[in-house]
Amino acid sequence: MTISRNARLLLASLLGVGLAFIYIPLSVVIINSFNASKTFSWPPSHFTTIWWSKALENTGVRQALKWSVFAGLSATAIALVLGTCLAFAVSRYKFFGREVISLLVVLPISLPGVVTGIALNSAFTKQLGMSTGLLTVVIGHATFCIVIVYNNAIARLRRMGTTLQEASMDLGANGITTFRLITLPNLASALFAGGLLAFGLSFDEIVVTTFTAGPGIQTLPIWIYNNLFRPNQAPIVNVVAATLVVLSVIPIYLSQRLSQDSTTGGRF
Amino acid sequence: MLHSLSTYLHKKPRLRLVALLTTPVLWLVIAYLGALAMLLVTAFFTIDSFTGNVIQQFNLGNFHDMLTDAAYKNVVLRTLGIAISVTFLCTVLAIPMAFYMAKIARPKSQKILVALVLTPLWASYLVKIYAWRTMLEPGNGVLDWLLGPIGIHSPGFGGPAIIIGLSYLWLPYMILPIYAGLERLPNNLLDASGDLGAHNFYTFRKVILPLIFPSLVAGSMFTFSLSLGDYITAQIIGGKLQMLGNVVYQNFSINLPFAATIAMIPVSIMALYLYLVRRTGALASM
Repeated sequence: MTISRNARLLLASLLGVGLAFIYIPLSVVIINSFNASKTFSWPPSHFTTIWWSKALENTGVRQALKWSVFAGLSATAIALVLGTCLAFAVSRYKFFGREVISLLVVLPISLPGVVTGIALNSAFTKQLGMSTGLLTVVIGHATFCIVIVYNNAIARLRRMGTTLQEASMDLGANGITTFRLITLPNLASALFAGGLLAFGLSFDEIVVTTFTAGPGIQTLPIWIYNNLFRPNQAPIVNVVAATLVVLSVIPIYLSQRLSQDSTTGGRF
Repeated sequence: MLHSLSTYLHKKPRLRLVALLTTPVLWLVIAYLGALAMLLVTAFFTIDSFTGNVIQQFNLGNFHDMLTDAAYKNVVLRTLGIAISVTFLCTVLAIPMAFYMAKIARPKSQKILVALVLTPLWASYLVKIYAWRTMLEPGNGVLDWLLGPIGIHSPGFGGPAIIIGLSYLWLPYMILPIYAGLERLPNNLLDASGDLGAHNFYTFRKVILPLIFPSLVAGSMFTFSLSLGDYITAQIIGGKLQMLGNVVYQNFSINLPFAATIAMIPVSIMALYLYLVRRTGALASM
């Protein structure tokens, strides 16, 4: 299409405005973590690295980070197993209720987090008589992470087809060998991408976590939330926030290098 | 041993299927569907006003309270208004960005632009809203400092702030499907339209827009549904303004049945929205 020079310029400037809208607030977070003023008046007049060293020593942040990583890894591990099983079942077999399963699996992420949160909380504490803690956080997170792994795995399985497996079986490999040597290596990058997304989702989740975490458990988002309105904690919150912004580059880099088909979040 | 198990399973595809399905389906049904069904049932219970315990007696009192109290009607309308505004704002921002990325940018910068749009998805939700608190702070916020000289001032904390914050959060979810839709759109369709004498904007309205409609619908499912149930953004930058999620959150600890009743509103709106989307046929062509 011949797009006039003016239209190109207009579109380019709109893209610039959009990117500025996306990146200015994130830059402000990073700059503020070096702001020497304790009230974070803007624009900053002096800069300091003292908040960074204070944040590193903060035991609350460290403990929260440990809990977040533990919950994220456990939820991802469960989601990887359950999501892959479901993807195999739905893509390789025909059975009654197959459509229902594809609906069931997306439900936890489509409904508002607050609904999932109070449903899980009252089921855990009232119906099952469990007390909320780290275990309930993991169960909650795993439930909405399944769909991420499932979407990534099923897209790959559909594209792969079954010919390679059939060839392997024809050459005398049994089901387990075929899975180990043919199916899994072909599926691995999709599972890695799905696992990465699932971990990212769990690591960042706050709403369901609010309702499933016991009183003593603070994942990183919960820690940030609890300290957001405490003026004397603001410098530490800024540093944690800046760190999270900077770290968000890593998964993008990994997923871009890894594959073309699943960088969009496994949701499209 | 492993070999004989493998051979045995190979002969029984149904058994394999059952083995694959049992655990994940049990998990989803027990841990999720069960909890959700119980919540739905709870919406029909009441609480003892003395002890605060839930009385398991079926009645429609909560629904009656919800439908007759004007305050709740306002919250519903406000939440809907916010969700629609967010979807609209995201669409308006996303279309030119996605168009430039898909049709004008060179392949190399295309990759970088996609990465630039994706990166904020990985930055923490709370951090992003927190960033907007710093941006919008009336008086000494970044927005006043940045745009004050040209006469634009921060709207402060409230409805407009919530709309900006939520649009900020969900914008990538709108850009990506539109970008994918535009990528699939063959260039020669646009050429043909131009050759037949259509102007850029006419081509956009008559050729591009109808063809990327399914992408818009896909994007709106995120922007609309995620806004509908949100309560944390309202807590941080909404001032005193309440959305449906806030009402659910506040009632959760004092009156669970009523919280459950209110929670059914966003769920029903979403169900209705999905139904309407299905009728337009946009989902089938996605």
